[in-house]
Amino acid sequence: MRRLLKIYLEKPELAGVVFLIVLAAIFQHQSGGVFLNSFNLQGLLGLLPEVALVAMGVTLLMICGEFDLSVGSVFALCPMVMAVMLEAGSPFILAYAAGLLVALMVGFTNGFLTVHFNIPSFITTLGMLFVARSITVVISGGFPPMLPPDVLPKWLFTAYVGPGGMFRMSFLWFVAVAVLLTVLLQRTNFGNWIRATGGFLPAAQSMGIPTKKVKIATFMICSLLAGFAGTIQVMRLGAPLPSIGEGLELQAVAAAVIGGTALTGGIGTILGGIIGAILIRVIDNGLVLSQVDANWFKLALGALTVFAVIVNSWLRAKAKAIKVETST
Amino acid sequence: MTEPIIQVRSLHKWYSGVHALKDVSLDVLPNEILGLVGDNGAGKSTLINILSGTQTRTSGEILFEGRAVDFRGPRDAMNAGIETIYQYNSMVPTMSIARNMFIGREPVKYGLFGFGMLDTKRMADESVKAIADVDLHLRSPDALVGELSGGQRQGVAIARAMHFKSKVMILDEPTNHLAVKETEKVLGFVKSLNDLSITGIFISHNIHHVFECCDRIVAMARGEIVLDRRVEDTNMDEVMDVL
Repeated sequence: MRRLLKIYLEKPELAGVVFLIVLAAIFQHQSGGVFLNSFNLQGLLGLLPEVALVAMGVTLLMICGEFDLSVGSVFALCPMVMAVMLEAGSPFILAYAAGLLVALMVGFTNGFLTVHFNIPSFITTLGMLFVARSITVVISGGFPPMLPPDVLPKWLFTAYVGPGGMFRMSFLWFVAVAVLLTVLLQRTNFGNWIRATGGFLPAAQSMGIPTKKVKIATFMICSLLAGFAGTIQVMRLGAPLPSIGEGLELQAVAAAVIGGTALTGGIGTILGGIIGAILIRVIDNGLVLSQVDANWFKLALGALTVFAVIVNSWLRAKAKAIKVETST
Repeated sequence: MTEPIIQVRSLHKWYSGVHALKDVSLDVLPNEILGLVGDNGAGKSTLINILSGTQTRTSGEILFEGRAVDFRGPRDAMNAGIETIYQYNSMVPTMSIARNMFIGREPVKYGLFGFGMLDTKRMADESVKAIADVDLHLRSPDALVGELSGGQRQGVAIARAMHFKSKVMILDEPTNHLAVKETEKVLGFVKSLNDLSITGIFISHNIHHVFECCDRIVAMARGEIVLDRRVEDTNMDEVMDVL
């Protein structure tokens, strides 16, 4: 029994799950039953993948012991590259590949600069936040490019599918990526290296793990996911605005942290990041439905982030205190 | 006369203007436990870092089992059979014992280009066995290393080295920051290396510990070897004098 309790207390995403259930119950009550009806859930699930994809990448990177503040800018840059190429008449597949390639290059640059000059990723990616945003605005020429009609494969990314059109295609992409990343982190040797690199760098190095390459690869995964999420939003809206994704980097960090990811690295799960992202969407949506002034959103998010970290560290201490070991 | 397992010939190491190793030559015999002592900055860490592949030499030669070797990273040394256990131990506290046992050497299923799915069952089974082999009793291979005591962690590190059939085990100040009882346990591990036909290089600045568990003492000062004796041919005062 105690052992079971300990296992659950040690799950970093536990606090997030509890918050989620409590908040859903409150909003369901406050909104007079609207919150959990199928129309509202459809709306919630339709927007979720965009935040959640970014949050998952940031979570993975934070577990690796690094940080990415540039995801919001990449979220705008990647679809902008795609849109500019589409406007110039290039086929979708080429434009799309170019956009994702740019995202990968940004991730590589972030990782390379961080690792080889040994500077905090907080700084490198803060710089990249401005650089990537600036490039986005410059290549857009100040006006969002006009996308030729019917060029975007909406059926593949944003069309409604499933019973009663419950999900968008983007939700299926999100589930697929979530499963893939979870398997990568928990079940592959590369995932073990990511966790070791973030958990205790000197140990990972002394065991011969190529920590620099691991970090650069993780930066690239994080950036790629941010760019991918950006293209989904642009396809949903139908127009690439150079300002999309502003502030998203901090929401993604908040999601990761609410989901139990430690800023110090080594601790966290992909599921935790997803739960954090769901919570952010739920608060945003629930406040509106409860007819609360929407400007309270940031206050709620901020308070939840701090509260979640306090609860998480308390739970971790509790779990550690439960001794079930028969030591020598 | 048995052939030395490690032969170091005229090893020099320069760091940005500092001559850290000055013409060091040393033979380590198979199955002996060599105690390496010296003050901070004497060059003992540099020497073992070169042997474990984390630093490269400026000049000189290293022979392992009679063949010249050139370690480019810790992995090369480990593959050759030299495993190092560091002072601040080579374990990740936020990971389980089973995962720590196999960091960087995970058994994989369905592997491609060196990446693959972890064989978690094998990792769990083999770590249970490896830990039992060093006479350490831990509840579960899934327990986090962060919850183990310092001595237990060193025990797991030693179990890991044995599991991977290391021929030479370098222990870099393994008894630092340990309680008395834990220290006894670690010294016990070191003494047991003999029975397992493993060569040990034990680094410490606690001369008592070295005399307790080593067959031979090598003392370093200012980048040179200043004393090299069998334990029975020397005493603590003599070692203290040269340091």
